[in-house]
Amino acid sequence: AMAAMARALPRPGRRFRWRIWASAGGVRGAAGGAAGQQDYDLLVIGGGSGGLACAKEAAQLGRKVAVVDYVEPSPRGTKWGLGGTCVNVGCIPKKLMHYAALLGHMIQDAHHYGWEVAQPIQHDWKKMAEAVQNHVKSLNWGHRVQLQDIEGALEYGITSDDIFWLKESPGKTLVVGASYVALECAGFLTGIGLDTTVMMRSIPLRGFDQQMSSLVTEHMESHGTQFLRGCTPSRIRKLPDGQLQVTWEDRLSGKEDMGTFDTVLWAIGRVPETRSLNLEKAGVNTNPKNQKILVDSQEATSVPHIYAIGDVAEGRPELTPTAIMAGRLLAQRLFGQSSDLMDYNNVPTTVFTPLEYGCVGLSEEQAVARHGQENIEVYHAYYKPLEFTVAEKDASQCYIKMVCLREPPQLVLGLHFLGPNAGEVTQGFALGIKCGASYAQVMRTVGIHPTCSEEVVKLRISKRSGLDPTVTGCG
Amino acid sequence: MSPPERRARLSPRAAQLPPETREELRRHLRGLIENNRVMIFSKSYCPHSTRVKELFSSLGVDYNILELDQVDAGASMQEMLFEMTNQRTVPSIFVNKVHMGGSDRIFQAHQSGLLQKLLQEDSTYDYDLIVIGGGSGGLSCAKEAATLGKKVMVLDFVVPSPRGTTWGLGGTCVNVGCIPKKLMHQAALLGQALLDSRKFGWEYSQQVKHNWESMTEAIQNHIGSLNWGYRVSLREKGVAYVNSYGEFMGQHKIKATTRKGQETFYTAAKFVIATGERPRYLGIQGDKEYCITSDDLFSLPYCPGKTLVVGASYVALECAGFLAGFGLDVTVMVRSVLLRGFDQEMAEKVGSYMEQHGVKFLRKFVPVTIQQLEKGSPGKLKVSAKSTEGAETIEDVYNTVLLAIGRDSCTKKLGLEKIGVSVNERSGKIPVNDAEQTNVPHIYAIGDILEGKPELTPVAIQAGKLLARRLFGASVEKCDYINVPTTVFTPLEYGCCGLSEEKAIEVYKKENLEVFHTLFWPLEWTVAGRDNNTCYAKIICNKLDNDRVVGFHVLGPNAGEITQGFAAAMKCGLTKQLLDHTVGIHPTCGEVFTTLDITKSSGRDITQKGCG
Repeated sequence: AMAAMARALPRPGRRFRWRIWASAGGVRGAAGGAAGQQDYDLLVIGGGSGGLACAKEAAQLGRKVAVVDYVEPSPRGTKWGLGGTCVNVGCIPKKLMHYAALLGHMIQDAHHYGWEVAQPIQHDWKKMAEAVQNHVKSLNWGHRVQLQDIEGALEYGITSDDIFWLKESPGKTLVVGASYVALECAGFLTGIGLDTTVMMRSIPLRGFDQQMSSLVTEHMESHGTQFLRGCTPSRIRKLPDGQLQVTWEDRLSGKEDMGTFDTVLWAIGRVPETRSLNLEKAGVNTNPKNQKILVDSQEATSVPHIYAIGDVAEGRPELTPTAIMAGRLLAQRLFGQSSDLMDYNNVPTTVFTPLEYGCVGLSEEQAVARHGQENIEVYHAYYKPLEFTVAEKDASQCYIKMVCLREPPQLVLGLHFLGPNAGEVTQGFALGIKCGASYAQVMRTVGIHPTCSEEVVKLRISKRSGLDPTVTGCG
Repeated sequence: MSPPERRARLSPRAAQLPPETREELRRHLRGLIENNRVMIFSKSYCPHSTRVKELFSSLGVDYNILELDQVDAGASMQEMLFEMTNQRTVPSIFVNKVHMGGSDRIFQAHQSGLLQKLLQEDSTYDYDLIVIGGGSGGLSCAKEAATLGKKVMVLDFVVPSPRGTTWGLGGTCVNVGCIPKKLMHQAALLGQALLDSRKFGWEYSQQVKHNWESMTEAIQNHIGSLNWGYRVSLREKGVAYVNSYGEFMGQHKIKATTRKGQETFYTAAKFVIATGERPRYLGIQGDKEYCITSDDLFSLPYCPGKTLVVGASYVALECAGFLAGFGLDVTVMVRSVLLRGFDQEMAEKVGSYMEQHGVKFLRKFVPVTIQQLEKGSPGKLKVSAKSTEGAETIEDVYNTVLLAIGRDSCTKKLGLEKIGVSVNERSGKIPVNDAEQTNVPHIYAIGDILEGKPELTPVAIQAGKLLARRLFGASVEKCDYINVPTTVFTPLEYGCCGLSEEKAIEVYKKENLEVFHTLFWPLEWTVAGRDNNTCYAKIICNKLDNDRVVGFHVLGPNAGEITQGFAAAMKCGLTKQLLDHTVGIHPTCGEVFTTLDITKSSGRDITQKGCG
């Protein structure tokens, strides 16, 4: 997040620490010093991925730039270095912990492939957390997690700001929320052998394709993550033995229920860090509902010389590489010769749940809403990764769908891939969609055998045909 | 009206009908198609249908017509036709069992003369098509031809390897190629994962052993299920499968010989040769007696032990890679370059990673004799080799010698000389035109035996399917052999699409190219403490064509999964600018291609200095 990080739940009287990283003509720290009046061509508030990218680009274009960054500790007191959410409490540590969980599955698979590993197999949280944290610290190069107004939430709950920095295993965990952060965390916690429950109020992965989202949760459920659907927490109490007693309400029946956990992880959404920036004083318009800053296609706010990029900007995908590219392009428009705008369409992303979900372009719902059911054709297939066969793994949720315009040459509107290495699979196809790929062109691409991604170029069955999209045993 | 059809009417979606009803409907339609020289499925009010009827009347050709709007099961029939032909609209026209398409296609075919040709065809032969070779290409061609209503036979026969290994239906890829090698590669990767897992907090006993027999059994079980699946799918499509060796006896006549020597003769209007290749032997003392090839390795009943791999083909490096991954002592003997035909900078990087991970390389040596010192499972073999550059000779003892020096086309004993099909004397490959047609017009060839075409399963599958559609459907689409992606499953995988740097320079000249490249460090490798300047990404752009990407190369984990999508993008004209304007997926390896900013010509440093 680029705009500085005001707290979601401000606690009066706390001192803010400011870090200034300044640069002139590409020389790091040339402008030095923190206090007093400084004159800069560009002042970037927020040292996350987007802010740093924008600052570096402007500095490379010979401008005098300063970055103002501070991290207000989370309610649990976790704080981190320069680099923002992604590096410290987002993509990097979560993918590493996701990988730790995948390795657990690989140890199981290895047995089928002839590796003889003696039982018992255990996981040491401390060792993993230290290794992950050491890596994150070595990188060191906003937006904060929202806590609801629930009795006990602030005192006893933790957020994704804290989970990656826990010294001890979280133990039996309740994850509250159904965002990708919630599902990813629940996924790797289950994967390393912890008893994990997800409590969700309504649908999983709001904004993502809902068929894919339900396959994601179905897979998690079949691999041991428990789900409490349609429930909302009402209070948390600490028991004498240190465990947390959570009371929740089943929204359908209206009944209350109760359970005890070692850790409660809040992942119900994130709020932009805009409230304490005094934006109204500068005349910058925000959306009163979510405090996000309103921007145009140039990333300009209602005040011509103030721009906003990243998660704080209204209607933008909350993704690191998007913020980086938007930051670089903004700097190039401001200080270079360029007029290239950031293209927010067809931004690819991947959710690193136990079975990874990669997507680019429109969800089926969006495509229907935009073009009408009659004008889209959805090609889909269930498939079995070759590696699953020998490992005797269930592939019921390995599924691909490609959403196309119905009229020839059937322009590809969206691609959704659920399976191993979804991130790697999706990246190249994102390029294809950017190049304006049609269904016909994708089908003319020769597959790479034997991979999962070749299944994308073999999608023959349309949903409309009603034919069975399940695998029938052989290629 | 029969009861099944009544049910069909209630539930118009053919796919939702009970299987037996579907089968009956399919048989009914097949019968109409097969028993009428011209069969038109139409709707009484459709003006296009009327034009088509008028055309056939004017040609004086009898036709049968079924008005889908006037029969009870019309909707189901239309669904089923769609399933059979991929065409939903009417009119849907079959001529001599060939699906022609709709009215536009018929008028086109009339203009081009194709229609007249089809009408003249008679069927005095046993089969419309005989495919020789039941590998990926042959099966795909046979099944597609059957789908188009043709009478098709597949002859498949596996000549046992000198060591006596043989296998079931499906060809090289399934039995002794892609499938088992990728599974053994996966087994080796899991060995690496076991090492990495300790760094990620997993704890278990230090003693980890690999059991060759249990792995091989699991892999062979999977292959067995695939063999079975192929037989079932041929039966479902109505393709005759004969487990016999095929040899031409005349222009349209073939002799099929079973394992027991029983001979049967068949005739067909057209033939497709898809016999593939088998591993080459050295032609030195002891090679056929004592050495094994990839034909034998994947079902070897015992662990090969200390192994010498002879050759530097992708087969050689892949096998050496996974054997080393199981902890075996592996040496690769290389006559000249690694991975001939691939980008040599990448090939050397593949080799150097293997070397760093325990595979020994003997460069510029060739074996001279192989002697058996001890029998056993495995036994002991003494290998003598000489230098390709001097008089130096070396000797060493191995448990297993695996030959992977290349493959020879199975075109020698097919009787091709009898019917005048030309074969490249030296390579044994069959030259074809861009429609996979040999110099004898009714004989076609696909797959690994083609001269100058990529030897890859998906290429053969694509070529086979498109060939069948051109021969028996109304299609004119040819197989596109340009920008075919592939991946070498060495311990560090290498994926590529388009031209190697050498080839690009030859085609476009060095000054017209810009090469962007970088080393990268996969996130998963950081905590695992693995080498940070090993994985490598490179693209080759044509400056004269808007920086179009003409070559894509990636060395790293999951290279196959990464490369596929980029290959699709290259089909759509990928340029450097589009790469720059595409958002990366974070954190993946694939995203490295969206942030390439160092050109090779700049000579700038591409090593990773610890941070992303």
